[in-house]
Amino acid sequence: LAAVAAMAAKRSTDEMRDRVVLGEFGVRNVHTTDFPGNYPGYEDAWDQRRFEEAFRVDIIREEEGALEFDMVGIDAAIANAFRRILLAEVPTMAVEKVFVYNNTSIVQDEILAHRLGLIPIRADPRLFEYRNQGDEEGTEIDTLQFQLKIKCSRNPQAAKESSDPNELYFNHKVYSKHMTWVPLGNQTDLFPDADFRPVHDDILIALLRPGQEIDVLMHCVKGIGKDHAKFSPVATASYRLLPDITLLQPVEDEAAEMLQKCFSPGVIEIQNIKGKKVARVANARLDTFSREVFRHDSLKNLVRLARVRNHYIFSVESTGILPPDVLVSEAIKILMGKCQRFLNELDSLPME
Amino acid sequence: VQADGTDGNCVTFVLHDEDHTLGNSLRYMVMKNPDVEFCGYCITHPSESKINFRIQTRGALPAVEPFRKGLNDLMGVCQHVLNTFEVRLSEGLRGL
Repeated sequence: LAAVAAMAAKRSTDEMRDRVVLGEFGVRNVHTTDFPGNYPGYEDAWDQRRFEEAFRVDIIREEEGALEFDMVGIDAAIANAFRRILLAEVPTMAVEKVFVYNNTSIVQDEILAHRLGLIPIRADPRLFEYRNQGDEEGTEIDTLQFQLKIKCSRNPQAAKESSDPNELYFNHKVYSKHMTWVPLGNQTDLFPDADFRPVHDDILIALLRPGQEIDVLMHCVKGIGKDHAKFSPVATASYRLLPDITLLQPVEDEAAEMLQKCFSPGVIEIQNIKGKKVARVANARLDTFSREVFRHDSLKNLVRLARVRNHYIFSVESTGILPPDVLVSEAIKILMGKCQRFLNELDSLPME
Repeated sequence: VQADGTDGNCVTFVLHDEDHTLGNSLRYMVMKNPDVEFCGYCITHPSESKINFRIQTRGALPAVEPFRKGLNDLMGVCQHVLNTFEVRLSEGLRGL
């Protein structure tokens, strides 16, 4: 009897250690508690070898601009650090200064400059340096120059009665494809095959009518998302924990049907065992945890909703500047760079 | 980096230009060290980007040691994550 009680106690501490449980009114066991000294009998001190054995990465889906991968065996603090770095500290190139020579369009200068800044530029930021503080001119190693020069005119061949602006005017829609790269200094030699342009050609910048023109010169610099969101290389980067649904009791017939409706499609499947319909958890990963089960009193106590604490499903969607796998590698290298910076400072400090 | 404390065992490091990104992950690595009695970080004011990172050790160990070990461990973790990720990527490409 004591052994059974001990087993139950161990199961509950295991649950506390590696599951985040979603109760009816709140979430339990949220924080990581597996630090040395908290649990007698568990080896919690940091051990690189144990970490390496338990850690794995699985690439689930890799598309043009999006990557979904799993990281198993890592803690929330570090997974969150990667997510934060992906959003705010991986550098990209974006338009920073706009020199307006002529703007007779309806769009105000500052609005136009703001819109131009948000356009993602296809330029590998690792080829460029950061601009020095206070440097207004910009050298060829830190600046990309673009020009946008466009004038709207009336189409003399248009029919008299037509009211379609596509027919009546030339160049009345200013797209990002009208931005042209103007090489600075020796950039043509440094980047002979490079083709620097906005990622998407069909971003509408402004609308014009005959007689209006826009003539601007733009300087792109390297920056990070912390400074301005236009420098963020990801459309979004997010993670969620792997869901873990356990049926505490066998669920049959009508209750099984109701249970299946409570979860996202594909999570619960109904099997026919000896003529009775029995519910089974097929694929917990698909669930979005709407917690609909808790609204039904008859089903509330039959299920335990939890999340696996150290299994992270990352989803990284890139804006097109760099492919998502490169972004993740860069983010990890940036975290290493931060640690290295402090290690160097520690070594250079005089030891008291 | 700026250290301040009563004796070598309890030290508060002030890390400039840092925030939760490094703070929380470093705190986790230092907490995993059995010699550390207390480890925590806080952001003094959200407008200033600096964190106070405090380490208190059991016994006579100078607090700089767990700090250094934490940084090295974090580098080790990142290196391993990077290697594993790149290996899996190349495996996926070859498998296609």
